[in-house]
Amino acid sequence: MTSADHSPILRSKHLLGIDGLSPLDIVALLDLAETYVVQGRASDKKTALLRGRTLINLFFESSTRTQSSFELAGKRLGADVMNMSVKTSSVSKGETLIDTASTLNAMRPDILVVRHQDAGAAELLSRKLDCSVINAGDGAHEHPTQALLDALTIRRHRGSFEGLVVAICGDVLHSRVARSNLRLLSMMGAQVRLVAPRTLLPCDAERFGVEVYTDMKSGLAGADIVMMLRLQLERMSGAFVPSAREYFRFYGLDREKLSVAKPGALVMHPGPMNRGVEIASDIADDVQVSLIAEQVEMGVALRMAILDALSRGMT
Amino acid sequence: MKRIAFRNARLIDPASGLDAKGGLLVENGRIADVGPRLFNDAEPNDPEVIDCRGLILAPGLIDARVFTGEPGAEHRESLESASAAAAAGGVTGMIVMPNTDPVIDEPSLVDFLLRRAAATARVRVHPAAALTKGLLGETMTEMGLLKEAGAVAFTDGDRSVANARVFRRALSYAATFDVLVISHAEDPELVKGASATEGEFATRLGIPAAPAIAEAMMVERDIRLVELTGARLHFAQISTRAALEAIAAAKARGLPVTCGVAAHHLTLNELDVGAYYTFRKMRPPLRSEADRAAMVEGVASGVIDVIVSSHEPQGADTKRQPYASAAAGTVGLETLLPAALSLSHNGDAGLSQILAALTAAPARIFGLPGGTLARGAPADLVLLDENEPFVVDAGKLRSRAHNSAFEGRKFQGRAKATFVGGECVFDAR
Repeated sequence: MTSADHSPILRSKHLLGIDGLSPLDIVALLDLAETYVVQGRASDKKTALLRGRTLINLFFESSTRTQSSFELAGKRLGADVMNMSVKTSSVSKGETLIDTASTLNAMRPDILVVRHQDAGAAELLSRKLDCSVINAGDGAHEHPTQALLDALTIRRHRGSFEGLVVAICGDVLHSRVARSNLRLLSMMGAQVRLVAPRTLLPCDAERFGVEVYTDMKSGLAGADIVMMLRLQLERMSGAFVPSAREYFRFYGLDREKLSVAKPGALVMHPGPMNRGVEIASDIADDVQVSLIAEQVEMGVALRMAILDALSRGMT
Repeated sequence: MKRIAFRNARLIDPASGLDAKGGLLVENGRIADVGPRLFNDAEPNDPEVIDCRGLILAPGLIDARVFTGEPGAEHRESLESASAAAAAGGVTGMIVMPNTDPVIDEPSLVDFLLRRAAATARVRVHPAAALTKGLLGETMTEMGLLKEAGAVAFTDGDRSVANARVFRRALSYAATFDVLVISHAEDPELVKGASATEGEFATRLGIPAAPAIAEAMMVERDIRLVELTGARLHFAQISTRAALEAIAAAKARGLPVTCGVAAHHLTLNELDVGAYYTFRKMRPPLRSEADRAAMVEGVASGVIDVIVSSHEPQGADTKRQPYASAAAGTVGLETLLPAALSLSHNGDAGLSQILAALTAAPARIFGLPGGTLARGAPADLVLLDENEPFVVDAGKLRSRAHNSAFEGRKFQGRAKATFVGGECVFDAR
């Protein structure tokens, strides 16, 4: 059960970032993903679209949901999926990456999904490999499939993006999710706000065409969507934020802060969550406002759509 | 309703520019009325009338740099003893530094200080909390929670944050909550082990010394970081012309920086160390006469915003030592006003300007009520005689520690009575 029309969707053979996609590309991918949502809810979830194709998950950073989401997406489309988790040594990362690339290239994969701690790693691999490369997160640069699955989730609840107020809250500085999301949402006509202490805001954030807030209640006032970001543990012990308790007091999403958002506002989180740090448990678990579980479901469907779209250019 | 009528006063309110004979009415701890014509038509008909006999009635002083020993070294100074010294010096509000044991780097400790002050102190106590945990210069404190607990500013007290990355992030974080950071500007490595300003005098005495530029270097670095982060920064006490010029230039560029100077850097120079006189060992140390004169100029020109005592009690154990081993610091709450008034007596700065640096300016910079005679302001007042001559007798100071750099010094002008919230906390009329 795939889109009957197999015409090409993407101009590029890679998906390296939201940069490089047009609004039409995005709409086409989201439309295609809708068909995979249906397929994912059927009892027979599997097709043979990618039968004979090889997909390699190459993760230099640990990941549970993204890696398993790609694995499931590949398997549901009938591809052979191989997971490679690479423990990096601190020495000569550049060399290791290129060496790894040429080794993998010799195995003749069709699609490589890569996550790496350094920005630009996916782009580098795309130049060294013959197959399609999907960026599953590179440093603090981009995580395009997360932004696309977030967009799919939002569109299913709000219909369109035009004029939606989306507040992205938390560790924007280190977040590739925030960067991909603000690119995509701005492109699609949403009004994006960034909410964070100044220590977690990137330099010149205003120049991305977003509004920047350091006071969370001001930033959430009238928001349609509240998108929380994960704060990594090592960043809450003094260097960027003095403590988890202070962070939760001023930047954690609780009922009181959420109350200033638009009535019916929805809450998202890319996971994994730190309950009591960036989000209160009762909000995370409230199915009336939290889209967190749905984001995971949309992740598989969206990644199936990406694999489908990239495979259309393959001979 | 408790009322006190002050009549026959010379009212000086630097915040409004008022300098005129007149009266002032206090109701329930606040200033209810003030002005030249008050009580002109009829004698006040109040239970308590204070005839000021032409003495100056001004806002109580706010001393923006006070070290006490509470908690942890109460034998040197408690909030109670410091506040008694403050009251006797016309000081109605003091900003206390976090360099105590334990360090004030926790919201609960700010709360403790405020409770102790409410229970024991005669004047208002405004805690400055640590900028970095344990004053170690490594990780920032919980500025949001500390601000909510009542901290009025953030500083490592008499320590500089050497690590520019840490200081940059702390300033960014402070800007998030719009809180004031106070910097002690001395390059810590350059001044390590030094107890005087490098120069001929220190060389003759053979005292380990550090170059005066250690201050301007840090001031210039900090100004760059202010420009980057947008944080409000106050230099606690500068002492050199180079630092003054750097701050003047930063202010001219519109950067949110302010600065203070200690009374002893306006009135003493390096030669006053004399024969290894440890009560005049300071941090930063006493400077050359040219730098002292520059500080006086800075007050007169307004580049220097506030005058502080930098009150730092030390015991005989820490001061009765060879010069290099002795602790730095001087008590100063009771001599702040007389020392500052010497600028007026010498014709270097106007009385209203000097009082502004002791009242309105610190109130504005630290966001405190008071520092003004405006209606509705808390009735924190000092009645002062600007001309009364006296000799400093350290043995008679109210401070628990008697390490005064001004021992034996002749001054003109002192507080005669001090009121906090309309209550008389000191009376020497």
